Amino acid sequence: MTDSLLSVHDFSIVYDVDPPVKAVRNVTLELQRGEILGLAGESGCGKTTLAYGVQRLLKPPAVITSGSVVFHDASGEDVDINGLDPEEMRRFRWDKISMVFQGAMNSLNPVATIGSQLEDVFEVHRPNLTRSQRRAEVIELLEIVKVGAQRFRSYPHELSGGMRQRVMIAMALALRPQLMVMDEPTTALDVLVQREILRQISHLRHEFGFSVIFITHDLPLLLEISDRIAIMREGEIVELDTAERVWTDPQDEYTRTLLASFPRLTGERGVVHR
Amino acid sequence: MTVLEFDAVTKVYSVRGAGQMKALDDVSFTLRSGQTVGLVGQSGSGKSTIAKILTQLESPTSGEVRLDGEPIPRRGKGLRAYRQQLRMVFQDPFASLNPYHTIRYAIQRPLELDKVVPKDKLDDEVRRLLGRVRLDGDAVIDRRPHELSGGQRQRVAIARALASRPKLLVADEPVSMLDVSIRLGVLNLLADLQREHGLGVLYITHDLATARHFSDEILVLNQGRVVERGPADDVILHPQNPYTQELRAASPDPDTYFAHAAGILGGEK
Amino acid sequence: MSAVAPQLPTPGFDAIEAGTTATGAVKARARIPWRFLGNRALFYLFTLWAAITINFFLPRLMKGDAVTAYLARNRNVTPEAADALRALLGLDTDASLWQQYIDYWAHLLRGDLGISLLHGMRPVTEVVGQSLIWTVALVGFATLIAFAVGTIGGAIVGWRRGSRLDVLIPITTFFSTIPYFWLGLLAISVFSVALGWFPIGKAYGVGVAPEWSWEFIGDVLHHGFLPAATIVIASLGGWMLGMRNMMLTVLDEDYVTVAQAKGMPNDRVLWRYAARNAVLPQIQSFALALGFIVGGTIVMEVVFSYPGVGKLLLDATNAKDYALMQGVFLVITISVLLANLLADVAYAFLDPRTRQTEA
Repeated sequence: MTDSLLSVHDFSIVYDVDPPVKAVRNVTLELQRGEILGLAGESGCGKTTLAYGVQRLLKPPAVITSGSVVFHDASGEDVDINGLDPEEMRRFRWDKISMVFQGAMNSLNPVATIGSQLEDVFEVHRPNLTRSQRRAEVIELLEIVKVGAQRFRSYPHELSGGMRQRVMIAMALALRPQLMVMDEPTTALDVLVQREILRQISHLRHEFGFSVIFITHDLPLLLEISDRIAIMREGEIVELDTAERVWTDPQDEYTRTLLASFPRLTGERGVVHR
Repeated sequence: MTVLEFDAVTKVYSVRGAGQMKALDDVSFTLRSGQTVGLVGQSGSGKSTIAKILTQLESPTSGEVRLDGEPIPRRGKGLRAYRQQLRMVFQDPFASLNPYHTIRYAIQRPLELDKVVPKDKLDDEVRRLLGRVRLDGDAVIDRRPHELSGGQRQRVAIARALASRPKLLVADEPVSMLDVSIRLGVLNLLADLQREHGLGVLYITHDLATARHFSDEILVLNQGRVVERGPADDVILHPQNPYTQELRAASPDPDTYFAHAAGILGGEK
Repeated sequence: MSAVAPQLPTPGFDAIEAGTTATGAVKARARIPWRFLGNRALFYLFTLWAAITINFFLPRLMKGDAVTAYLARNRNVTPEAADALRALLGLDTDASLWQQYIDYWAHLLRGDLGISLLHGMRPVTEVVGQSLIWTVALVGFATLIAFAVGTIGGAIVGWRRGSRLDVLIPITTFFSTIPYFWLGLLAISVFSVALGWFPIGKAYGVGVAPEWSWEFIGDVLHHGFLPAATIVIASLGGWMLGMRNMMLTVLDEDYVTVAQAKGMPNDRVLWRYAARNAVLPQIQSFALALGFIVGGTIVMEVVFSYPGVGKLLLDATNAKDYALMQGVFLVITISVLLANLLADVAYAFLDPRTRQTEA
């Protein structure tokens, strides 16, 4: 975990509306290879915009106004993401950086089987594979995330929320990317299902060695699973440190406020004045 | 002192093509004024069914619900009166407020329907209620829900629930859709209102942490059955039932996590 | 990990699924939702019975009787002939209404729809059948073209929202607002009269006998071009607008963003993700439109003197040719119901979610 995977430098994004909104302000951070970076903050702090922005997934009126995003590929090559043309970007996507979206309720095409939705990743990005090779890859993915090969022909609405989320993870894992961005992947799920999914992500990370940017407003959750945590507020990173130090010795006032704002499961009482 | 008794209630649904489904199996609890009962359960545990039965959207297959010793009325004026006494706050602050109505209308409607105050006092009462939930009446009264934040919308929903001066409040996941940092504010509001009005609150949630802090007594539901009950801290900190233990182990708990990491606690994680 | 014993009747249960929001029990997935379709078919059968019954009562509710109207036009019919005519039409009996009803059904099931007074006593089935062919062929074909072009066009316009293509929507809907007869007459005056490219009307040349030869078919196509083209122009706007609007809704859905994030090429996202979902309501509209084709497009038929069902019905109504009217109504009813059923079937196949709504 000593080298950098993603260098974000002085990155800014503005929503070109009237009046313009500075969604991300001069963000600088280095994501290490194989680390889990938690991105925490309240709604509207810019964490989602930042995560989408570094992958150039934002739609107008969002505009990248400054900064650079450099991806340090495992092969040694450095890729300036903002410099890629649309076709290069399309090839880059999912192969190097993939994403697990929030609320898998609507993230899967309702009229296509989940098998076909996994397969088309290979069809598009690995055109040299034969049909049976593709099929084998998809089956393997379904087994890895414990959804099961027999669900190949299932439609999204036939699966529970937890299973759909695992399909999303399988889809993100398909090309063995080096970075997975996860946007509130467990928010809509029950606590038991959530824990299982998190365990799975952790296990996969150890096995395949990818980095994770984990976006959520659930700070307690983040504290348990992240290596480092970035606290965002109004487009800026106000604190960036290891999870442990954020918990035991937060530097920024806002971080302290945030930490004090959630009721502890086993810690002291008194947060709710009864 | 108002007492609501949920007595040995069972609810069975017939699912077409799949036989029967027991949503609730012999569930009992008592709710008193000034007290909060926390109902903890995951999806499919039956907690929504309990809310539906309490608000008379469903009836029990067997068992009884009694308010102050009398079975709750099913129709007519009695039902009307019952519904004034027991109000609900819902999970989704956006979905529970009609997007076309102003905040004023949303709160005024129950006041009018239940004839809580005379007509000339309506505006005052709406403002008073908004003040009670710590919203600036002038700022929000003529706005529509989409112009407010999630936390503000939920406060409006609470104000609306309080309009008819109920004795009991059923809060069904009132903060799960709000940001973690706002949750405390809304929960503290509910706690204050409970103290001021002597409300009995049924707090339904899947989140153990807030249940622990907000409830006096906790019931843990698993697939329609109450698997554990007791004072809040006992159930959460020293769970006896394996299911409750599992829930607790799965819930985010930085205190335990870091204490363990620092070697203070030994044992499982 | 879990000591929780499953309680729900779902097979293949595992502890993780304990917290599911999946609706009900997921049984073995049937490709064809028989129960759903069976229910619909039953409903349509009932509607058909009701329609036929109303159809039965129709002439009996109108003033005057068919034969009287016929006699008014054909003075030299003897009373005996008039009686025979009534007997032929089943109007002479003193049989009870119930008996007449039964007889009506008996005839129906034998395929006997009576005889047409207006068309020289030929069987109604024959008269309607002939017109039906022309109508279905022309209007059906034109509707299909309009649907296909409109839907594909709408998908592309919706995909390229905000581009210059947007101008196609007001242009095509503009043509829909032009009164059709005016459009038809305009087409005739420009292309038939002024330019002489197409004939003025009718389904085929005067004096030409219908036969299965390339020449005849060519003649038919030549005659049919203008009517078909004007129908397409007039109805294209509706299809395009509908599809474009659905596309805009669908393009905001998460799964489209996910598809793009996956690096799917644009045409794949457009057709397999977006259009495939947006087209669902269009298919239903199309199936319903098919049902109404059979009613014919009376305006088109009058403008182009086209021998279709619309004109047939108009003439029959004017002449009080009840048997013919009943025949046409019956055909229209059956077509609309069939089209509805077709729409249901199509939707069930295209949208896997409907297959689950057995409950």
